[in-house]
Amino acid sequence: MTDAHGHAGAHAHGHAGPQGFIWKYVFSVDHKVIGIQYLVTSFLFLLVGFSMMLLMRWQLAVPTPGDDFDPEKLGMIRGLLNWMFPESMPFGFMDPVFYNQLGAMHGTIMIFLGVVPLGVAAFGNFVMPLQIGAPDMAFPRLNMMSYWTYLVGGIVIMSSFLADGGAPQSGWTSYAPLSVVAPAGQTYWLIGMVIIITSSLFGAINFIVTTLNMRAKGLTLGRMPVFCWAQLVTAVLLLLAFPVLEAGALLQLLDRVAGTSFYIPKDMIYGATVFPRAGGGSPILWQHLFWFLAHPEVYVLLLPAMGIVAEIIATNTRKPLFGYKELVGSLCVIGVLSFIVWAHHMFLSGMRTSLANLFVTTTMTISIPSVAVLTCLLLSLRGGTIRFNTPMLFALAFLPMFGIGGLTGLPLGFAPTDLHLHDTYYVIGHFHYVVAPGSLIALIGGTYYWYPKMFGRKMNEKLGKVHFWMTVIPMNFVFFPMLIQGMYGMQRRLATPTDQWHNLPVQGWSMLIGIAGAVLFVGQLPFLWNFFWSLKHGEVAGANPWNATTLEWACPSPPPHGNFATPPEVFRGPYEYSVPGHKTDYWPQDEAA
Amino acid sequence: MNDEWGYEWGLPVAASSYASDIDWLMGLLHAVMIFIFVAWGIFFVYCLFRYRARDGQRASYHQSGESASFIPDALVLAFEVWLILAFGIPLWASIKQETPPAKESLTVHLIAQQFAWNFQYPGPDGKFGRREVSLVSAENAIGLDPDDPASKDDIITINNLNVPVDKPTILRMTSKDVIHNFQVANFRNKQDLVPGLETMLWFEPTLEGKFEIGCAQLCGLGHTKMVGNVLVQSEADFADWQKQQVAERTGTSSTADAGSILPGADSRS
Repeated sequence: MTDAHGHAGAHAHGHAGPQGFIWKYVFSVDHKVIGIQYLVTSFLFLLVGFSMMLLMRWQLAVPTPGDDFDPEKLGMIRGLLNWMFPESMPFGFMDPVFYNQLGAMHGTIMIFLGVVPLGVAAFGNFVMPLQIGAPDMAFPRLNMMSYWTYLVGGIVIMSSFLADGGAPQSGWTSYAPLSVVAPAGQTYWLIGMVIIITSSLFGAINFIVTTLNMRAKGLTLGRMPVFCWAQLVTAVLLLLAFPVLEAGALLQLLDRVAGTSFYIPKDMIYGATVFPRAGGGSPILWQHLFWFLAHPEVYVLLLPAMGIVAEIIATNTRKPLFGYKELVGSLCVIGVLSFIVWAHHMFLSGMRTSLANLFVTTTMTISIPSVAVLTCLLLSLRGGTIRFNTPMLFALAFLPMFGIGGLTGLPLGFAPTDLHLHDTYYVIGHFHYVVAPGSLIALIGGTYYWYPKMFGRKMNEKLGKVHFWMTVIPMNFVFFPMLIQGMYGMQRRLATPTDQWHNLPVQGWSMLIGIAGAVLFVGQLPFLWNFFWSLKHGEVAGANPWNATTLEWACPSPPPHGNFATPPEVFRGPYEYSVPGHKTDYWPQDEAA
Repeated sequence: MNDEWGYEWGLPVAASSYASDIDWLMGLLHAVMIFIFVAWGIFFVYCLFRYRARDGQRASYHQSGESASFIPDALVLAFEVWLILAFGIPLWASIKQETPPAKESLTVHLIAQQFAWNFQYPGPDGKFGRREVSLVSAENAIGLDPDDPASKDDIITINNLNVPVDKPTILRMTSKDVIHNFQVANFRNKQDLVPGLETMLWFEPTLEGKFEIGCAQLCGLGHTKMVGNVLVQSEADFADWQKQQVAERTGTSSTADAGSILPGADSRS
């Protein structure tokens, strides 16, 4: 990563970059280094969370020993699992407590340690200051603190596996009172969450201030790239929604360690006797506090992905985005509406039933700006000259995949059909379509797109295309059957679904899902190889390898400390491609007329 | 349709009065979803082909149809408003907000615990015996007060709910410990059971037979095994069952010895 580093621009800006490996690459205050730290860390967490899910899918594919099971002849995989987890996976069959632990940890890791840090912190940190023409974030030290706080929070959450009684096992949603009476791992989860939320708040404040105060001369809000708009809206969501969960988590922590009863109702019985200190609390209160964060959180996962897709599509269709104002407006409307839909997760929670009508209405309403975003991105293809490079393939695949995710939200957000689908695999299929073949592949596309800017070299196109097909096809074989199983009534979070005879007719799909999951895992190896191989051997990229217009392509690749040799000035909108009469088919924002 | 291999798809057999309404909506929504996705997808694939990069071709800078692009938004909005007004609010109200008249229905109390479903029937007197949290023990799972005259003929069952066909059953539900969720996929309904709170679920079975109860809210290590059966019987069979239960009940001690009338979870197919 060092060989392509240039230092020419750093001194021109009046302050030299730090010298020495530790201050330059470990405890760095440079937004680019912090962004790459976030990128690598969150990809590692994604790998960990994915591996956990492979163990769970193994269990779900063959949940119980069949007639031909012979403990003497376990086979390679069962033998390995038996050897690795003698207590929790004897003979390769998973103990339900271990299943619940992996389930809770998979969700927590993928969302809070994987996709959010990747979409918001990694790309936001690396790209956003470059795109607005700033030398760094507004508060570089706060930025560094945000990363290290996140890492500590992640380690605290992971270390819960070592706790007495194991990792948290009440789902990533940690519904009280189950979570209050759960073993010690839950306390680790709560402390870890408070730390991670604090980290996100540091980041959110920094993003908002940077975007609003540090834009280059001439870069009005109306000329700001869609990606920066998405990051700005996301930061506002984090700032307003996360404190609610932080408070909720602290209350649950007090319930567990300080003998309070915020979530424990009167006369609750646990272990055949009345639970000490039971009384006065409400289990539903936790759900309100949790989902007040966790629904805007869905858009925290989604908005940066939409921003990335918009950037990649504009660059690779070689034409302006369709309906820039409509797009930006829709992102803002989504941000506002995302605060008043949370209770659609709670239609059947025991919440006053008439409230459902309000939340059905707001939920149906939020689909409109989402439709508008998809419409604009689709119509952006019209009249273009589409280049099918790897980042573009991922960005294009986002559109139909997010389409399935969004459409399947309709029967869930609509209360009468939710009666049947609530808490089934249909829900799992739905939100994974939004987050995995949706957000995550957009983020992978973003990695291919900005990799040349990060490291000065392009990733290999052939391997990239192999990775693309090996990702998108297996993902559909993983998640689509879940919709079918859920439609048939298979509930989520079952360690052995075959214990319930109503699930038997759809059990076969789990075998298909398991196989597809393994193929998906293998499909990530070309990416891993490509990422490290291209650091040294990739095609050298100039400042602007994609012939793009936005400001991050106006500085060298990789950008030196301080980014721009001279502060850039902006003369036009972000997507001036194929302007009639202009000599090239792109007209960079900072190029004087 | 391949039962043996477990690759079934679609909805499970519908067995309650409102299931057909929900299934109709489910069909409508999915038809619309598939239509939108296919129409959208065709245009998408057309664009990818039609506007692929070719030598010497330059993309068009000018956009057209900006106001036409709001048509999909408007259509979706109109569809959703119609959906909410025509079905959402009335159907939700009839299933979740209104209860069938108690006189024409069977009312049963359901007290969930890790990891079992305890049902309490009022018995011939039509009155539920008092439950008292301090009386809860391993033998008296729901804490039934033996001194309350109304409790003498109450029927207590575990994991088995016998109900008459074509007559509404109203479940008044709560949980002793953590949150559970009562789901019968064939009835197309479910509801959380929350400690410290009473929730309600009613259904009118339209088919005789056995339907599985599953817990749909993660409730701990035995979540998967928290199952039961709804046995829908003819009016006469149900009356016989009830008579037999009461006879057994009044013949034994007055505390609810639920174990003796447990029909056995292994009777499940």
